Amino acid sequence: MAKQLAFYFEQKHCVGCKTCQIACKDKNNLAVGQLFRRVSEQEGGTYEKRGAAVIPRRVYAFWLSISCNHCVNPACVEHCPTAALQKRAADGIVHIDQERCIGCQTCIKYCPYGAPQFNPDTNKVGKCDFCRDLLAEGKEPVCVSSCPVRTLGYGTLDELREKYGALNQTKGLPNATITQPALVITPHRHAISG
Amino acid sequence: FTLTSFSGETAVDEKIVRTSGSHNCGGRCLIQVHVRDGRIVRISTEDDIPDTPQKPQLRGCLRCRSYRERLYHPDRLKYPMKRVGKRGEGNFERITWDEALDTIAGHTQRIRQQYGPDGIYIQYGWGNSGRVSERVWMERLLGLQGGYLSYYGNYSTACTHMATPYTYGTTNTGNNREDWLNSKVIILLGWNPAETIHGTNTTYYLKRAKAAGAKIITIDPIYSNTAISLADQWIPIRPTTDSALLDAMAYVMITEDLHDQKFLDQYCLGFDEDHMPPGIPAGNSYRSYVLGDSEDNTPKTPAWAEAITGIPQETIIQLAREYATNRPGALIEGYGPQRHAYGEQVVRSGIALAAMTGNVGVKGGWASGSGYQARGNFVASIPAANPHKAQISVFSWPDAIVRGKGMGSELSVKGARQLNSNIKLIFNLGGNCLVTQHADNNGTAKILADENLVEFLVVSEQFLTPSAKFADILLPADNMMERDDIVTPWGWGDYVLYMNKAVDTVFECRNGYDWISDLAGRLGLKEKFTEGRTLEQWLRYLVEETAKKNPGFPSYEEFTRNGVYRWEHKEPAIAFQKQIEDPQNNPFPTPSGKIEIFSSRLWDMKNPREIPAVPKYVPAWEGPEDPLRETYPLQCIGHHYKRRVHSVFDNVDWMEEAGRQEVWVNALDAAERGLNDGELVKVYNDRGIIVLPVKVTSRIMPGVASVPQGAWWMPDAEGVDRRGSINTLTKYHPTPLAFGNPTHTNLVQITRA
Repeated sequence: MAKQLAFYFEQKHCVGCKTCQIACKDKNNLAVGQLFRRVSEQEGGTYEKRGAAVIPRRVYAFWLSISCNHCVNPACVEHCPTAALQKRAADGIVHIDQERCIGCQTCIKYCPYGAPQFNPDTNKVGKCDFCRDLLAEGKEPVCVSSCPVRTLGYGTLDELREKYGALNQTKGLPNATITQPALVITPHRHAISG
Repeated sequence: FTLTSFSGETAVDEKIVRTSGSHNCGGRCLIQVHVRDGRIVRISTEDDIPDTPQKPQLRGCLRCRSYRERLYHPDRLKYPMKRVGKRGEGNFERITWDEALDTIAGHTQRIRQQYGPDGIYIQYGWGNSGRVSERVWMERLLGLQGGYLSYYGNYSTACTHMATPYTYGTTNTGNNREDWLNSKVIILLGWNPAETIHGTNTTYYLKRAKAAGAKIITIDPIYSNTAISLADQWIPIRPTTDSALLDAMAYVMITEDLHDQKFLDQYCLGFDEDHMPPGIPAGNSYRSYVLGDSEDNTPKTPAWAEAITGIPQETIIQLAREYATNRPGALIEGYGPQRHAYGEQVVRSGIALAAMTGNVGVKGGWASGSGYQARGNFVASIPAANPHKAQISVFSWPDAIVRGKGMGSELSVKGARQLNSNIKLIFNLGGNCLVTQHADNNGTAKILADENLVEFLVVSEQFLTPSAKFADILLPADNMMERDDIVTPWGWGDYVLYMNKAVDTVFECRNGYDWISDLAGRLGLKEKFTEGRTLEQWLRYLVEETAKKNPGFPSYEEFTRNGVYRWEHKEPAIAFQKQIEDPQNNPFPTPSGKIEIFSSRLWDMKNPREIPAVPKYVPAWEGPEDPLRETYPLQCIGHHYKRRVHSVFDNVDWMEEAGRQEVWVNALDAAERGLNDGELVKVYNDRGIIVLPVKVTSRIMPGVASVPQGAWWMPDAEGVDRRGSINTLTKYHPTPLAFGNPTHTNLVQITRA
């Protein structure tokens, strides 16, 4: 493979606004129920009451903004019975050939990230294709160019790792060894696995 | 402007139109609309300039990115309609524009003749906040016709807008955001710009300030999205008690000698007994109040504040030391803390602390108070003059409906000794403040439904909102994507945007200028009203007038093509820099020329309990100390929600998917009540009942619940609001000085539905 494209997520400053999620829905014309990029909240902790005082104890919260991670070992591609799911050799983008997709949803079963989304209107599965049409025009994927806090980025996996480290898993995400996601994360302090 | 892109094998023409949003949003962004065959197929944002820290792109957020779902919503109002059946039931019949305008003209003339200008009211509403919005034209027309009853203040900042000038003489107390890079500590008191957009890119500026080394502390009952993403420390506080926290911080600073006595001596009035106006008895300075040398004999110790605020005293001490010793520092107040029963106090308490720490007029500091930007950029407005001078507070219109005749200053009236009439005619143009966004939805709906009170009610809207249901004549408005306009940010950011019309107006929807010109014709004022100009000629007029005061401002053609003009300033503006650097020649614009921690004007009002002359903690009705807590044990607030601009976008499905309407309840409170995450619950008090799903969460402190503001009031046959409007629970009880809305002052109980 010539290179592997990857997303960067500066989780520590993500405000959970979901602009990326909505921009993605707009770009891809997605009905309610289908999310090619999904922003989700993780939170917990409790409070101690000391007289009138209310003291947070281990209260935590952070956001995840996750799309298809165009994995190095994509389980979806491996299990697709019609080879509709393909990993592009030039840049590692995983995409679905809509002509070949039979809507069997095997990919949905195998993807640990919930990336493939079933479309009941077409009876086929769709997912993030890295906005490859925009990439071809020299533009950024819409999620990246939309982020009001500039917490999303993209590049080759090697570049991103060099710049930001190799973390590709935090609390709330599946074990990265399953598919080796092309994802680099600067974690939120509450999201560091330990 | 037009580019050709390829979709499959076929080349299709895609036009990219540059526009912006004109709802009442704190951001103003550059929105690019992709149009094919007269239909918007995609929405993007500014991308023709590189995105740099020095000049960040004006990126739209999820609200504008979801806009196709709102523009093409099947429920858009399509035709003018008149009410059939009782007012407020929501039954309408299609009529022609001619019939609608004839009816409006007839009632306007009749009511003006019968009741005079006090009987005619243009309701608050910023659903369309453009320079050429419906309300601008209506103000112009009614001004030409003899005037109307107007209002002062607004629902967002009523208390700070009123109280800040009592200390500083102005509301322009904010530095530019670029200056936060100079702050060592930034304290966000009830401010969550990541969710309530306060200026495009504000969160990004805070992120940069943090990267530059600022410690960020947020104080909020909610572990907000700003706190999650930026704060080094989050301090939960009980709603309505912020002044108690600030008083105790002052106590720590005074007793540990951490305050800037020199600054106070030179620039302030009323901090201590040595700097009081003549004739005021001893014990009335701020210092005396804080130390307990005043009438209440109560030192405002951290232990005292702990019992009120819920913040442990050691945290209060630490916070006071952080702010006092890490100079310069910015104590920035959001508007939530001033939307409560005595919201005027927190505004002036914050300023007292900013002065005590010498953070006024210096780089990296922050004067606190309302925080409107110290440097404005002039953009012209449509000339509109109201010859009638009587005003009520923005919140007081129900009083003006029920007992307007004879109502005076005791009920907010300014500009006249008293009103000569109740309100009889309301124009509600692009706003949802009749019900939903005003207090006490049930009580207000009853007032509006009574046709003997308001005799005629005109609404211009895009959807059948709860407010629109009360229309006698309901007019279908054009959408912001269907019109040209000019918009500016609330104040954060040095730019102005041109909104280019992207698509044709649908059905019989009409632009405000269009139909109000026709209305002017029916009132015999067409010539005077239009001055012979088309809307485009008015927009050219605005650009030309703007250019007169801004050398280098682009031509109309260039401005519309770019869609944006940015002012480039060399240095960030620092509020009160002149007053601090050269006080001899630059007094503060107050009666004394000083920062008035003690205000003689407030003293003269002779209401020391509710309107003290120095800022004080005044325990709120329905606050944490109200005995009513035995019946209604939870304090309920209504935080702003990313998925709406106030009540706009409430009916957009993509947004409901992104953020469900749900009441936030702490896990401990939920466990006590047997509430499970996601199930329907009933939130209620004596004023109303709402039923909605519950979010059981650790992100809100125990004892506090929150119903995100802006959900449409939707009562069922029993009067139970099934959507979850916070204002079903809020009280119509104006604050003492500003007559503002006390939105976050509510006690409730919550049970399973």
